[in-house]
Amino acid sequence: MASRILGSAIKRREDPRLITGQAKYTDDIVLPGMVYMSVVRSPYGHARIKRIDSKKAEAMPGVLGVFTGQQMKDAGFGPIPCAWVVPGSDCKTPPYPPVAIDTVRYVGNAVAIVVAADRYQARDAADAVEVDYEPLGVVVDAFKATQAGAPQLHGDVPNNVCFHWHVTGGDVESAFKSADVIVKEHIINQRLIPNAMEPRGAVAQYLGATGEITLWSTTQNPHIARFLLSLDTGTPEHKIRVIAPEVGGGFGSKLPHYPEDSMAVFASKTVKRPVKWTEGRSENYRSTTHGRDHIQDVEIAAKRDGTIVGLRAKVWANLGAYLSTAAPGIPTILHGLMLSGVYKIPNIHEDVYGVFTNTTPVDAYRGAGRPEAVFLVERMVDLLARELKMDPVELRRKNMIPPFTDGYTVATGLVYDSGNYEGALAKALEMADYGGLRKKQSEMRAKGQYLGIGLCTYAEICGLGPSQVAGAVGFGGGLWESAIVRFHPSAKVNVMVGISPHGQGEETTFAQIVASELGVDVDDVEITHGDTDQTPMGWGTYGSRGTAVGGGALMGAIKKIKEKAKLLTAHLLEASIDDIDYADGKFFVKGSPDKFKTIQDIALMANVAWNMPKGMEPGLEASAFFDPANFVYPFGAHIAVVEVDAETGEVALKRYIAVDDCGKVINPMIVEGQIHGGIAQGVAQALWEGAVYDDDGQLLTGSLMDYAVPKAAFFPKFELAMTETPTTVNPLGVKGIGETGTIASTPAVYNAVADALAPLGVKTINMPLTPERVWRAIQEARS
Amino acid sequence: MKDPEKPLEAHESDNEKRAEVSRRDFLGTSVVLTAGACVAPILFNKSALASEGAVPGGPISSAVDVTLRVNGTAHALKLEPRVTLLDALREEMQLAGTKKGCDHGQCGACTVLVDGRRTLSCLTLAVMHDGDEITTIEGLAGSDELHPMQAAFIERDAFQCGYCTPGQIMSAVALLREPCGASDDDVRECMSGNICRCGAYPNIVAAVQDVRRSKTT
Repeated sequence: MASRILGSAIKRREDPRLITGQAKYTDDIVLPGMVYMSVVRSPYGHARIKRIDSKKAEAMPGVLGVFTGQQMKDAGFGPIPCAWVVPGSDCKTPPYPPVAIDTVRYVGNAVAIVVAADRYQARDAADAVEVDYEPLGVVVDAFKATQAGAPQLHGDVPNNVCFHWHVTGGDVESAFKSADVIVKEHIINQRLIPNAMEPRGAVAQYLGATGEITLWSTTQNPHIARFLLSLDTGTPEHKIRVIAPEVGGGFGSKLPHYPEDSMAVFASKTVKRPVKWTEGRSENYRSTTHGRDHIQDVEIAAKRDGTIVGLRAKVWANLGAYLSTAAPGIPTILHGLMLSGVYKIPNIHEDVYGVFTNTTPVDAYRGAGRPEAVFLVERMVDLLARELKMDPVELRRKNMIPPFTDGYTVATGLVYDSGNYEGALAKALEMADYGGLRKKQSEMRAKGQYLGIGLCTYAEICGLGPSQVAGAVGFGGGLWESAIVRFHPSAKVNVMVGISPHGQGEETTFAQIVASELGVDVDDVEITHGDTDQTPMGWGTYGSRGTAVGGGALMGAIKKIKEKAKLLTAHLLEASIDDIDYADGKFFVKGSPDKFKTIQDIALMANVAWNMPKGMEPGLEASAFFDPANFVYPFGAHIAVVEVDAETGEVALKRYIAVDDCGKVINPMIVEGQIHGGIAQGVAQALWEGAVYDDDGQLLTGSLMDYAVPKAAFFPKFELAMTETPTTVNPLGVKGIGETGTIASTPAVYNAVADALAPLGVKTINMPLTPERVWRAIQEARS
Repeated sequence: MKDPEKPLEAHESDNEKRAEVSRRDFLGTSVVLTAGACVAPILFNKSALASEGAVPGGPISSAVDVTLRVNGTAHALKLEPRVTLLDALREEMQLAGTKKGCDHGQCGACTVLVDGRRTLSCLTLAVMHDGDEITTIEGLAGSDELHPMQAAFIERDAFQCGYCTPGQIMSAVALLREPCGASDDDVRECMSGNICRCGAYPNIVAAVQDVRRSKTT
């Protein structure tokens, strides 16, 4: 049974409710007496609030109240806390009031709250709130914001530099002095908008008699939301219940603790009604966090034979107007420490400047820091190959970390858990028929056609834990997980987990683990998540940690169940505990497999407790906590094949080959789905997506008509394969797979386009590689 | 509610000139122009809260009688003319399976069938569909079994978070009767009105093709 369930592509447990429209998302929650909140938002990128006149709005039908930031503050609602203040830097945390009090700092900054009987009335009344602004200078570019004379966002943050962080490994100065070749590049890793299909939302219910708050929220991490909400609302943590019902995608954008959570609680407390807020799509573009937005100056140094000797970079990371929950940790810990990629680079130095600008706050977006690192490294490796006139495969192989199973320390100090980078690359090259592709490329070039082959060999850091490291790097929480496994008398199983999946399918993955480990039918296992009153503590679903860390906790609870079952079996069979073994749902006497108790026998006896060993507690339930010994480092090799029409600049993605290694695979169907989605989002960064602000701080890409989220017609069929290099970091031997596709595909596709255009002399085009940009680059190169 | 005679001016403050003219303004205007003629002049808003007098302001606008036939059941409603079909389904009929992704006709999450044709329920007013036959995700399955498209979506793992899925499935069901070409590329094009941010497109295309093939054999 074990081998059959674990590793098989069973259909998802989540599907029936999702496929029939019965699943309940936050906006589907309806409570008796519920009223609606709408948020008045700044149309200015930077302005002083001179006056807020809500008289007209308050007189409108259905309106229960209009509230300002000052009123929230007076009611004891504090600023939104940042939960990842990176140490070893001078990170400043200027106050982030949930609703602006004196100054607005980005288009979309909340200015006032309207509560009304229905959502149409609330929006009408929000439009009627009159606000007088005195516009101030605006800066949207992270580099320009640090220059003399730039508008200053926060009084106590000179030059808008929130922090300067650096990582150093080896001796970069000497390495560059000794190098034969130095290649430089200026990389813009553009701002992206996450665009989960479900907009954010909140339903807050405050019960005055008990002081309890229930918040239904579109969050990826209900326990963190509860913790942070207790800090800024002043409500004790045990009086807060956060429920993440069905959550319609997050990709990092539902990780932060948002001002609207706090506003909804305030509104419910104030009007004494349950209050619902649901974001509109254009509101989502302005008020839900964005991702990426790096300006990178990079240099790579090498010997003539291609041996890389050093890498150094200076990065200006745009943080937006305020520090969102995890913002400082992303361009530092999750980016700077990954600059060795899959290569032996002995000397690395990076300076990162976190910069405030008049833009929507930036936080995690699928990959969070690692895409910015892998793109940087993989782009530089390709540029170096071009400079040295080496094949990019040959250069990669020359510098690749050889296969390892028990740790490899890179110059930035991280210890990668396990890897076989050459293996993944070899498989991808074979699938792509790399030699054949190069031959075809030269034939096509002879005909004036531009075929490009792009590679990315990557490793990424995920499965976020251990907690000790979290503390050391300034993360304001732990990174462990917990699980409870509860057997009922009929041997049906309820499992409560701390993590909170929202599309990743862990209800299925976890049920598979329980079924295969304990010998129950997968349909007899129910997984509960996403409710702080029903589940044990968890630190959230992000950083591809659900199965790697949450699964570890589940395995711990399963182990305890097995241990108790063995003791009970020994008692019932009058055998020594040392003689009891377990396989496929049966606890049996070694050498006498016909003498056994099934898990069903044990569940019944433990629950009725008619015949228990002396001193054994009744019941069959176990709770476990798991804190991994290290991060996990999935890896792989991706190859993109593109054709560029030099006359129109259009890029056609012809093939996409992905070989990924996430350790042991529990459900290949789910893993494949995660890779598909990751590739879609990463290719989109290379070719189509990019947030654009004008100089006044207006978001020009403020709707799905202006921001190119890819559609079905944008992609060819993906060619996927896996290699399997287990990790010893967690008991399942699994690594994360949620972000690999996004991390790998952007550089693979970019490198393919650059490869296609190499004969034309084109070297750099800023992403996204739209036809216009590609066409312009070709024209410039030709002239 | 703004004065229906002056739908645009009613809430244009000096400081909001930069703000876009909202879709509600547009809908408000168009209702006055197109649906106004058949709107009974003074009816009360259906809002329970408002009609209970719990909220200041009282009735908020003219509401009209409309009968929506959804999944074979007739629903007699009193609706403000500006209420979209999407909001009528979700808020008035408790059919929340149809999702609001953008409310601007840009994402496809709200796709329903109106007389068998796929329709973006956020871009059409409920009052325009008096008597039309509307099918939502809740009405697709039989009492015992899933619609073949629903079954194919499960079989092919054609979704992850599930939010866009009702719209994807309604589009895919409508596609079966549309003159969409036979190839995968044709299906990709025909399904391009429905965004899936989880990126389940390869499996969505496979699910649609499975159902089309099973129908032709």
